[in-house]
Amino acid sequence: MGRKLLLEKAHVPGIRTYEVYRREGGYRSVEKALKTMTPEAIVDEVKKSGLRGRGGAGFPAGMKWSFIAKPEGVPRHLVCNADESEPGTFKDRYLMEFLPHLLLEGLIVSSFALGSNDTYIYIRGEYAWIVDILEEAIAEAHQNGWLGKNILDSGFDCNIHVQRGAGAYICGEETALIESLEGKRGNPRLKPPFPAIKGLWERPTVVNNVETLASIGPIINIGGDEYAKIGVGRSTGTKLISACGNINKPGVYEIDMTISVEEFIYSDEYCGGIANGKRLKACIPGGSSVPILPANLLLKTAKGETRYMNYESLSDGGFATGSMMGSGGFIVLDEDQCVVKNTLTLARFYRHESCGQCSPCREGTGWMEKILQNIEYGKGKISDIDLLWEIQSKIEGNTICPLGDAAAWPVAAAIRHFRDEFEWHVLHPEEAQQRNFGLAHYADPIHVPVTA
Amino acid sequence: MVKFNDQQLAEFNRLVARYPEGKQKSALLPVLHLAQDSFGGWLSEETMNYVAELLQILPVEVYEVATFYSMYNTKPVGKYMFEVCQTGPCMLMGSDSIIRYIQDKLGIKPGETTSDGLFTLKTVECLGACGYAPMMQLGKHYREHLTKEKVDAIVEECRKNAAVNN
Repeated sequence: MGRKLLLEKAHVPGIRTYEVYRREGGYRSVEKALKTMTPEAIVDEVKKSGLRGRGGAGFPAGMKWSFIAKPEGVPRHLVCNADESEPGTFKDRYLMEFLPHLLLEGLIVSSFALGSNDTYIYIRGEYAWIVDILEEAIAEAHQNGWLGKNILDSGFDCNIHVQRGAGAYICGEETALIESLEGKRGNPRLKPPFPAIKGLWERPTVVNNVETLASIGPIINIGGDEYAKIGVGRSTGTKLISACGNINKPGVYEIDMTISVEEFIYSDEYCGGIANGKRLKACIPGGSSVPILPANLLLKTAKGETRYMNYESLSDGGFATGSMMGSGGFIVLDEDQCVVKNTLTLARFYRHESCGQCSPCREGTGWMEKILQNIEYGKGKISDIDLLWEIQSKIEGNTICPLGDAAAWPVAAAIRHFRDEFEWHVLHPEEAQQRNFGLAHYADPIHVPVTA
Repeated sequence: MVKFNDQQLAEFNRLVARYPEGKQKSALLPVLHLAQDSFGGWLSEETMNYVAELLQILPVEVYEVATFYSMYNTKPVGKYMFEVCQTGPCMLMGSDSIIRYIQDKLGIKPGETTSDGLFTLKTVECLGACGYAPMMQLGKHYREHLTKEKVDAIVEECRKNAAVNN
């Protein structure tokens, strides 16, 4: 059993309420931070911890905090990104639904460190019932003196507000989120200026993911150095993985990033193996935007080494033979699944979610969906596969925000690793309507060249 | 004429009070949710103009937002809206057959409303319930691990509720 810092108390009955959460040791980090530490000291602890942004990009959180501008007389804001919308990802929902006070604890300490007196949680509109859970927790925190004026006699004032979005994946991008929080369409802004200089209402702003902020309490409690000892290399601390697809035990798991992908999929402590006794065909290990890998490249790297559940190992081999940790949305496909169909649903998703601001993304996502639809439903040509490749390569890197890349990568990886399956669809259009390509050679051991 | 009642106005004021003075436009998304819930589950032009007036912004600032976000309905919808997820992780767990089953059962296609005005079927993209697939959103809550039997029960539950409320 790996060490648990976030979900350790998730199953304590009543942990959602203030009373139980406090009795179990909650809010200690707020006491420690506000009574014994300076804001700078907190930023230093977070830097030492090596905590990387848990939303998907993996940018060091402490470094992000250190960029915030502090012009005289201008309020600063912390915004919690709870717009969790990356297909395969449902970990932030779990944290907020079952451990709302853990998030609030992290938010209060982080707000103190950044000097944010009004902190906003921007939550995806569909998580409507979680808004009530958070608002109830905020009211409890107020009643018990953890929010409001002069918290713990520290002179620090803090309020937390919950803002509901209204259905737009793009608002998970931090500048689109800020636009949305200002009551506008979620069109990402050009950077620079970065939010740390000009964010919400042109004020210095830090936007962090729910899991990132929930990790701040444990980091302050045990210290940055201690936190950094958990895990391996630059993958410090613990990470939540939301596992779904064709596995026996879908759900949210906290891992310490030292376990292998194979253990994560097959051990009873985690996914419990592939459902219905079937074999593993493919996996998207970090949310729908990251490259899909066939079974053989998922469990071992191209060099034949064991692949682990951490930032470095999952990206070993680059996009040619690796993938990414991303948001931790772990999507498993069994031998009966069709990679073309799966890619089609993702292309449709990105077409639906493109904000329409940049033409490569606005037009390209629609073209990719149409071509994939043709291939999937027996009307494709072999040249369509090259055309798809061409389109995705022209979206990538040519848009204001990373949604373009996120739309291009899944298509590119599917063609890169499953080209045979695409060709089979084109060459056997009628058969492809009756059955799937199956496991084919995607789990076969990969030949590892021996270098002298 | 659309107009918030006292309770709704109190909620409106609570929402606006979260933002600094002069930044009341920031309340637009939550206020549109409130308006949609208050005025029949959708946003008519009249409703949007009313929201613009309340927030002291231009009507076009409301229209552009209402048409951007997928949760706002700019056309009337049924009393119960089945928003069924169809993205990758749900597809892997059989969302296609759930959508087809609802279509056949209610005799409507995605985007349509039953003639009695009770049900609207809408296909949606990932709602963050991938581990509990297939799923749908019904009002404020999620219905997860859907099967045909569960769909039958949900339809029955809605019909009963509608009969009680009438």
